[in-house]
Amino acid sequence: MNEPLMRLRGLIRKESLQILRDPSSIAIAFILPALLLLLFGYGVSLDARHVRLGLVVDAPSVAASSFTASFRQSPYFNPRDFANEPAAAQALAQRQIDGFLWLRSDFARKLSTGQSPPIGLYVNGIDANNARLIENYVQQSWAGWVARQAALAGVANPTPIAVEPRIWFNPAVRSRDYLVPGLIAVIMTLTGALLTALVVAREWERGTMEALMVTKVSMHEILASKIVPYFLLGMGGMVVSVLIAVFLFGVPLLGSLIVLGLASALFMLASLGMGLLISNVAKNQFVAGQIAIITTFLPAFILSGFIFDISSMPLPIRIITHIVAARYFVAILQTLFLAGTVWSVLLPNLAALLIMAVLFLGAARLTAHKRLD
Amino acid sequence: MFAMANMPAPPEPAATPLRLAGVTKRFRIAKREITALGDVHAETSPGLVTGLIGPDGAGKTTLMRLVAGLLSLDEGRIEVFGTDVSTEALKVQGMISYMPQRFGLYEDLTVQENLDLYADLNGVPQADRSASYTELLHMTGLAPFTSRLAGRLSGGMKQKLGLACTLIRPPRLLLLDEPTVGVDPVSRRELWQIVDHLVRQAGMSVLLSTAYLDEAERCDEVLLLHEGQLIGSGQPEAFTQTMAGRSFHAHAPGVPKRALQAVLTATPGVTDALIQGEAVRLVLDEGTTPETIQPPGVSGLALSPVAPRFEDRFVDLLRAQNGAKPRAALSPPPSGGSSTAMRAAIEVAHLTKRFGAFTAVDDISFTVKRGEIFGLLGANGAGKSTTFRMLCGLLPATGGQLKVDGYDLRRAAAAARGRLGYMAQKFSLYGDLSVLQNLHFFAAAYGLRGARRNERINWALSEFELAPFADATSRDLPLGFKQRLALACALMHEPDILFLDEPTSGVDPLARREFWQRINALAEGGVTVLVTTHFMDEAEYCDHLVIMAQGRILATGTSEALKHAARSSALPDPTMEDAFIALIHADSGQEQAA
Amino acid sequence: MLARLLALIVKEFLTILRDSKSRAVLIGPPLIQLMVFGYAASFDLNHVPFAVYDQDQSSYSRDLVADFAGSPTFQQVAVLHSPERIRSLIDSRKVDMVLDIDPRYTRDLLTNRPAPVQIIVDGRNSNSALLILGYANDIITSASEEWSKSHGGVAPLARLVSRALYNPNLDSHWFIIPGIVALLTQVITLLVVGLSVAREREAGTFDQILVTPLRPLDILIGKSLPGLVIGLVEGSVVILATHFWFDVPLEGGLAQLYTGMFLFTAAVTGIGLMISSLATTQQQALLGAFLFMVPSIILSGFATPIANMPVAVQYLTWLNPMRYVLDVVRDCFLGQPSFAMLMPDYAAMAALACVSLAAAGWLFRKRAV
Repeated sequence: MNEPLMRLRGLIRKESLQILRDPSSIAIAFILPALLLLLFGYGVSLDARHVRLGLVVDAPSVAASSFTASFRQSPYFNPRDFANEPAAAQALAQRQIDGFLWLRSDFARKLSTGQSPPIGLYVNGIDANNARLIENYVQQSWAGWVARQAALAGVANPTPIAVEPRIWFNPAVRSRDYLVPGLIAVIMTLTGALLTALVVAREWERGTMEALMVTKVSMHEILASKIVPYFLLGMGGMVVSVLIAVFLFGVPLLGSLIVLGLASALFMLASLGMGLLISNVAKNQFVAGQIAIITTFLPAFILSGFIFDISSMPLPIRIITHIVAARYFVAILQTLFLAGTVWSVLLPNLAALLIMAVLFLGAARLTAHKRLD
Repeated sequence: MFAMANMPAPPEPAATPLRLAGVTKRFRIAKREITALGDVHAETSPGLVTGLIGPDGAGKTTLMRLVAGLLSLDEGRIEVFGTDVSTEALKVQGMISYMPQRFGLYEDLTVQENLDLYADLNGVPQADRSASYTELLHMTGLAPFTSRLAGRLSGGMKQKLGLACTLIRPPRLLLLDEPTVGVDPVSRRELWQIVDHLVRQAGMSVLLSTAYLDEAERCDEVLLLHEGQLIGSGQPEAFTQTMAGRSFHAHAPGVPKRALQAVLTATPGVTDALIQGEAVRLVLDEGTTPETIQPPGVSGLALSPVAPRFEDRFVDLLRAQNGAKPRAALSPPPSGGSSTAMRAAIEVAHLTKRFGAFTAVDDISFTVKRGEIFGLLGANGAGKSTTFRMLCGLLPATGGQLKVDGYDLRRAAAAARGRLGYMAQKFSLYGDLSVLQNLHFFAAAYGLRGARRNERINWALSEFELAPFADATSRDLPLGFKQRLALACALMHEPDILFLDEPTSGVDPLARREFWQRINALAEGGVTVLVTTHFMDEAEYCDHLVIMAQGRILATGTSEALKHAARSSALPDPTMEDAFIALIHADSGQEQAA
Repeated sequence: MLARLLALIVKEFLTILRDSKSRAVLIGPPLIQLMVFGYAASFDLNHVPFAVYDQDQSSYSRDLVADFAGSPTFQQVAVLHSPERIRSLIDSRKVDMVLDIDPRYTRDLLTNRPAPVQIIVDGRNSNSALLILGYANDIITSASEEWSKSHGGVAPLARLVSRALYNPNLDSHWFIIPGIVALLTQVITLLVVGLSVAREREAGTFDQILVTPLRPLDILIGKSLPGLVIGLVEGSVVILATHFWFDVPLEGGLAQLYTGMFLFTAAVTGIGLMISSLATTQQQALLGAFLFMVPSIILSGFATPIANMPVAVQYLTWLNPMRYVLDVVRDCFLGQPSFAMLMPDYAAMAALACVSLAAAGWLFRKRAV
């Protein structure tokens, strides 16, 4: 065996043994991902179900009951009756209900005389997103009721345009199905960038890096020895995450596993490059951890399109998202899980990831010197 | 004794292992430029141990790292066997091995795995390994521990493993950065045996840095560094020789040793005065004869010549550099509590501390009298720090009784703590606060207020000569000043009992002398002082000593008595370190017999 | 005694503010987070790219297309002439929605039959999909009414008049940004308090003060007050930025707001001190703070409603001080709550503060003195 190969073998073996013996590596690589997945899988949902809806019917009538019945039967609503409007308004202010419907005393009379009575819907607008979803649900229920009433009365449909909604890829519109794949990108950032930055910083802190550097080892070999084991560790965490996503949360996986593997590998390399770059700048774990969280973890969360829609962000922020590797990976993951192997999405994003990986690894190499100053 | 199978051919005698020409290195710390090394010129000789001697902050580690090619030079040139480090770092790194401080070991790897790693890194062929491993493990005594994690080894064993790792591919020049820090005297001796052997048998050149001045005498040649300047180089004997006829033991009937030392330090013509056992060891200024020493108020002073030591020369050089001698006059020491003079200051009976299955302190008992300087000696891990922390009330005891000034501090009311002063290891101060802010805080924490507080703060600033630094951030102070400030904070409230944990580690010999002078004055004033130290020579300052190992007390007594017990035909005049090693050997002998 | 306490507090402030690194931690990251969250974190949609597949090609269908193209929510990027490209446009994420108008559109409209219009939405992001559908429905509904009115058609049986209280334009920035007030106050307080004991342990000064006559209670107060003050100051800065920079209205009383902020900071200080008492190094304290922070943010209702969580998880959120302060802060920004209305939130936070501070004090004693 020639010397460089022997050195590399020694370093990789050392790194692997350290991973196996250090509980904090295992914690960041496997326990933290599992914790995050469970937290998100169970704790985070944008689907408004069991909307707490107040119903105020000033004068009971058959028509009013037929209207409210459509809410009482819907899985989306948890209706609750109020005697009058002030009581409902009070409950809304105290966050006991998310919104309420108000049928005034002249509802039945106006309805029967074709005067088109107003139905008041009041929602708590503080959580704007949730409020909008509630409005949409109520509107659908109302439209259904109007159509049924018209059919019963033999009147021509009063809504001249009929909307036929079709939601592709996620017909059940479960937010978990798009959040969980996106979360895999966040988790891999943790292993790739945060863990690597911490591990290298630890070598500086403990003085072992100094001992390594005085041997004939080259910087290439030191970097390679960090990349190989943590690459495998990150991919292991990725496989675990995918298994949890598919088998525990029932997220469909429609695309090619090979492409998934390829994209993950490229993203992992970009993250490792980022982590190594950080550790070249920050040589203690405290600072390295903070930089890693601010420059990799936070952007992966906020700027990747994982939760928040990128195209709705202001232009300067949209430009910044282009240097966030997680952005490309999230696009790939959401497509592969929910849409399948769509090359027109995959190819440009894979190319971007490749460029990111080369860029960050290259920068990590350029900033790594066999010197302490 | 040992045989190295694959030693390199001895280098041609002409090659100089290390040549330094005008070596300068500066660092920028907090917008200030600090010259870590200034224009250092030196050469070392092949096949010898060269000692790089100096206190913390002298520039030893910087020089080591420069030689290893880990730092870039600002000015000058470093050659290792004629190869320029700046331009051909990789080639130089092929010729040297380097053991950094803390030994560069992977603590979560086993002994064998560490060896395998360094064998791989150094490209040692598989075929040669088993012979080399056997030899190194035999030499270092690590053979029974190959499957133990490096983190679980004792300090001495780590140090030897670190050394073994650097020797897997025997280098032409071996760099050892402070290999003996935090290691007990027995392990230090063993390390020196290995180094001597490497040099003698394998013709290796060694550059070894240390802050222990007594180790200088074991080197073949030394480079003396102080504050980034090379203040001397040559053979240690030559250094010591220049001091011939200047070192004496002084006795004066009826004068206590501390008083005598205080007077002698202030006497003109005296370079250095130290307590050594019952005598005071004097070093006279150059050209001064013993007859001319006339300390005021002392009659019947008897001087008997003793052999000079390396440390004498170092102190002499520093005095020449710094000019002034330490302040002679000490302001009147605080008066100790005379009303409670009858009671013992500290009483410890059957004290035990266990951490899980590990017994850190095992059934120890001792008593400290009022106004006494009481020393706790032992290697790292001997249990002295644990004992110390229990006495201060920082750790609960597992069993036994302890009383400080009549209280168990862990259970006593907060006010009871107002009677004692505490100076922690590493001079724990608020690094971000200025000198004055630190003094203010500790004065207030000890309940001083108003005029009294201002008076004490002014006392501290003048007594410890801290006034010029009052607004300096304490993190940026030189180590010696940090030590002064830490002591000032501990003395703010004029405590009756003073706890000092490793109070002098790392500071230069002059600062150590000054420090002990103050402590002596406090003890004379009736303050009880409990001190831990791993400097064996500092034990000489103590009235009473306890030597600890593995949580037990090996011996108690005065330093004279302990040295006396170690006296033998082979060692007619043992040092404190000899006495310590003799005790350890006797103890491990008993263990094996049992 | 008061003098000693004062000295401790002054010392604590000096340690935090004299060190440039810890000053940077207090100023840099919060500012970055405020800006990034403030601008990037929003569920609102605008400029949604869509394509039109108009099979009717009449003036009526073009009117409908114009309604979509004229809306600020939508941006037309393509016109299709065959159904084949619908798939590829959505697959490649070039458009999020396709408006597919049936060839019978005009005929059905004029013959009073429901005129079919198909809305195809990319469901990969289910939240956006539902919102897009909602916006599209709004446009089509108003177009319907418009048509009925101008063509003498029947008025709808009943009208749905919806009104959003507190946030009439349903601007999700108004939801997220006040949340940042709570988020950043928590992060800063936790870092300041969580690292303070661990830092002193590392430097050895903690032993030093334990040996002085200061009592554990003094040390506890001395350690918590600075965190409390810095948390409130930082929180106030974010409150100012929320109102003056991001233009979120501040309707409620400052007294109600600050009562909530104070109780919240106290609870977080207690938690921070608990973490700090358990950690021996700053490293561990940082990891501990991180491990507390991530679940506490996710389970607070900061981004997603607590009501959507499984019931067991909803019970868990009762232990999370951030869920209560989020309610207080959002109510105070967007509504005009009385003290009585906020009492349940205040009471919960006060209880958490008492428990966590007491636990921290106990851990102090146990671990240290």
